[in-house]
Amino acid sequence: MDRMVVSVNPHIYAKDTTQTIMRDVLIALFPAVIASIVFFGIQALLVEAVCVAVAVLCEWAFEKICKKPITVTDLSAAVTGLLLGLNLPVSIPLWQAAFGSFVAIIVVKQFFGGIGQNFANPAITARVIMLVAFSGAMTNWVPAAFSNAPADAVTAATPLALLGSEGVAGELPTYLQMFLGARGGSMGETSCLALLIGFIYLLYRRVISWHTPVAFIGTVLVCTALLGQQPLYQVMAGGLFIGAIFMATDYTTSPPTPAGKLIFGVGCGLITVLIRVWGNYPEGVSFSILLMNILNPYISGWTKTKPFGGVQA
Amino acid sequence: MFSGKLHGIHAPHRKNTVESVPTRMPVPAMITVPMSMNIGAPAKPVVKPGDEVKVGQMIAEAGGFMSAPIYSGVSGKVKRLDEIVSANGRFDTVLVIETDGQQTVFEGIKPPEVTDKDSFVEAVRQCGCVGLGGAGFPTSVKLNVDPDRVHAIIINGAECEPYITSDTRTMIDNADDVIYGAQLLQKYYTADRIVIGIEDNKPQCIKIMQEAGKGVPGFEVAALPALYPQGGEKVLIYNTTGEIVPEGKLPIDVGAIVINCTTLAVIAKYIRTGMPLVEKVVTVDGSAIANPQNVIVPVGTSIQDILNFAGLKCEPKKVLLGGPMMGSSVPSLENPVMKNTNAILAFDEKDAADPVPSACIRCGRCVAHCPFNLMPAAIESAYNNKEPETLKALKVNLCMECGCCSFSCPARRPLVQVNKLAKAMLNKYNAEQKAAAEKKAAKEKEKEAV
Repeated sequence: MDRMVVSVNPHIYAKDTTQTIMRDVLIALFPAVIASIVFFGIQALLVEAVCVAVAVLCEWAFEKICKKPITVTDLSAAVTGLLLGLNLPVSIPLWQAAFGSFVAIIVVKQFFGGIGQNFANPAITARVIMLVAFSGAMTNWVPAAFSNAPADAVTAATPLALLGSEGVAGELPTYLQMFLGARGGSMGETSCLALLIGFIYLLYRRVISWHTPVAFIGTVLVCTALLGQQPLYQVMAGGLFIGAIFMATDYTTSPPTPAGKLIFGVGCGLITVLIRVWGNYPEGVSFSILLMNILNPYISGWTKTKPFGGVQA
Repeated sequence: MFSGKLHGIHAPHRKNTVESVPTRMPVPAMITVPMSMNIGAPAKPVVKPGDEVKVGQMIAEAGGFMSAPIYSGVSGKVKRLDEIVSANGRFDTVLVIETDGQQTVFEGIKPPEVTDKDSFVEAVRQCGCVGLGGAGFPTSVKLNVDPDRVHAIIINGAECEPYITSDTRTMIDNADDVIYGAQLLQKYYTADRIVIGIEDNKPQCIKIMQEAGKGVPGFEVAALPALYPQGGEKVLIYNTTGEIVPEGKLPIDVGAIVINCTTLAVIAKYIRTGMPLVEKVVTVDGSAIANPQNVIVPVGTSIQDILNFAGLKCEPKKVLLGGPMMGSSVPSLENPVMKNTNAILAFDEKDAADPVPSACIRCGRCVAHCPFNLMPAAIESAYNNKEPETLKALKVNLCMECGCCSFSCPARRPLVQVNKLAKAMLNKYNAEQKAAAEKKAAKEKEKEAV
C-alpha cells in the first residue's frame, strides 16, 4: 500500500481561494464594464481588454524571467488590469493604457514582491503616474451617450470640473444621469448603479465588508454637506464609488480589522474632500487612496485585535 | 476587557451518522493498547506477556498523579509489549492482547463505594477516565478541586466538529447516565449552576436533555449557535457563563469545571456498575467509507479492523482519529482506537490531497475567524523572521489550534502548523531567557560573596 497522507489539522477547508476571490471581483466589475460600453462605445471594451492583456502578460513575463512561480491563474493581475482600464478616459491612446498596466504590474506589484507585498494599490498608483505623465490625454473627457453635452461636442467637462470652476462651460447632468452614468469621466467610474450592483455582489459573497466603502462615501457626504457643497452630487461624481468599493478595499493595502477599515475609509474621505474643495485637481479619490495606502501600516498597527483572555505583561 | 461575541467558522456539519444507533463490532482477533492515552505520564503495565486478562481487568496502573489506569476491553492473553508510532508522531509503548472471543468479565468488577467528594474523585481516578472530547486530560485531576471554588459545572455536549456524532448518541442513548453523572457532580460540588451546552443543530439532544434533567436542581440546557469551535473549553465557558479564562489560568480559576458528556456518562456507569472505561463509541465516516455508522469497540481496536467492518469504497489515503478540524492523521492503519478517540474518518485521494499554499493576500480572514482574536498572519511573519518577543506580544500561546485560521485562508497558508512551531520557538526562547537570568543572578551572588 502507498504511504498515507499525514498532515497538520485542519483537514478540510473553506471553498474560497485567492482565485475565487479575484474571480468574484471580476464578476462584480462586469456591470461597470457593460456601463462603460453603453456610455462610451465599443472603444471602451478595447481599452479595457488591452489593459487586462498587458497586465497578465507583464506578470507572466516577469515571473518567467525571475524564475518565480507563475501566478497569473490567481486572476489578481486581471483584476488590476481591468480596474486600471475602467479608471481611464475612453479616448486614451492604447499605448498609454498599455504603459499604465506595465507600471502597475511590474513597478508597483512585482518590484515589491508580488501579490500581498505591494505597499500601494497597483491600479491606483499607475493611474496617478499616468495623470502626471500624460495629463492631457488623461483629462480628455469624451461626451457620454445619453448625456446633455451638445451633439457636436468633441470633449465634455466632468461634473466636478463644472462644479468647481466658474469658467468651465456646460450644463450639469441631472441626478438620474449621474446615477446611471450618463456623464463625462473615466469610463468605469460614471455609473453609480453598475458599481452599486458590484458592491452588493461583493458583500453577498463576503469578499469585502461594508466598513471602508461606507466610511469613505459617508465622510465625503457629510463633509461636503457641512462645507455647503452639493453632497449628493459630490458623492456620485468623480471616481468615488469605484474607488471606495473596489480600490480602497484592496486587501493588501488596507487594514484587516473593522476598526482599521473605518479609520482608513474616513481618512480617504477627508483627503478626497480636501483636494476637491481646496486642491488644484478637481478630483482627489486616487490621491486619497494612495496616501492612505502609505499610512496603512500605521493604521493596522494601531488597530490590532485584543486577544481573548490575553494578559498584558 | 473583552466584550462581545467570539468568532468562529461555519464548518460543514456532515453529521451523516446521527440516526446510526451504535452497534457492537465483533471482537477483533487482537487489540493494541497504547500506554500513553492521556496528557501527562503514560500508564505502567501491570501484566506481562503470557498473562490471561478479562474484560474490565486493570492492565496498566496510573504512571503518576497526572495519569490514569488502563483496563482491558477484551478477554484473552497478553502477547507482547511493543512500540508503535502514534498519531502525534511519537513512539509509544503498547500492550498487544490476543482475544479469545469469550468476553469473560473480570470477577473483581463491583461498584465503588462513593460517600464523599474525595471518594468520588478516587472513583473517577480508578475508572480510568480522561477527557473524552479529545484532549485526554485525566478527569480525576480536573475534579480534584475545592468544591467551594466551583460555581458552574459545564457539561460539553457541543460536538462542534463535523462528522462526529458519538457525543450525540451518548446524549440520546445514555441520557440517564449523563443525568446521573450530573446529579453526582451536583451532590459533591454543590455548584450554583450545572449547564449542558449543546449546539442548536442537535434539537433532538436538547429536547432529551431538557426532559431528562427536570428533577436536577440548578440543571439547565444551553442551546448554542452551531458555530465551530463551540465546544472549545474557553469558548464554552464564555458562552455559558460570560467568564473569560485568562492566559495561563485554568477553568477552575473562574469557578468553572468543564466535562464532556461522554466522559460524564462513563463515570456514572462506573459508579453504578463498576465497569471502568474499556470501550468507546466511534463514528466511522468520510469519503472512503462505504457504510458510515457508529460502532462500539474495545479501546485498542485497530483502525484496519474498524474499516473492514464499515467497508471501504476505495483505498483510504488519509485517516483521522477525531474530527477534520482538530483530529490527527495516523501514519498507519495498525494504529488503535484510544480512550479519547471519538471518530475515525477515512478519506479518498481527492479529500486527502494536501492543499498548495500560495502567497498571503492579507485578506484578514484568519483574524476575522479566530475565536481568540489572534492575528495568525502576523504570527506567521514573526515566526519566519524569528522574533520571539513579537510572538509573545501576539499571544501565540493562547492559540488552541482549532484550525479556523487555516480553514478560512484562501491562500491555504499552513497557519496552524506555524502556530505550533511558533509556540515551540517562544517556549524555547522563554526557557533560554530564564536560564540566562538565573546564570546572571548566580554570578552576581558569587561576586557579592567575594
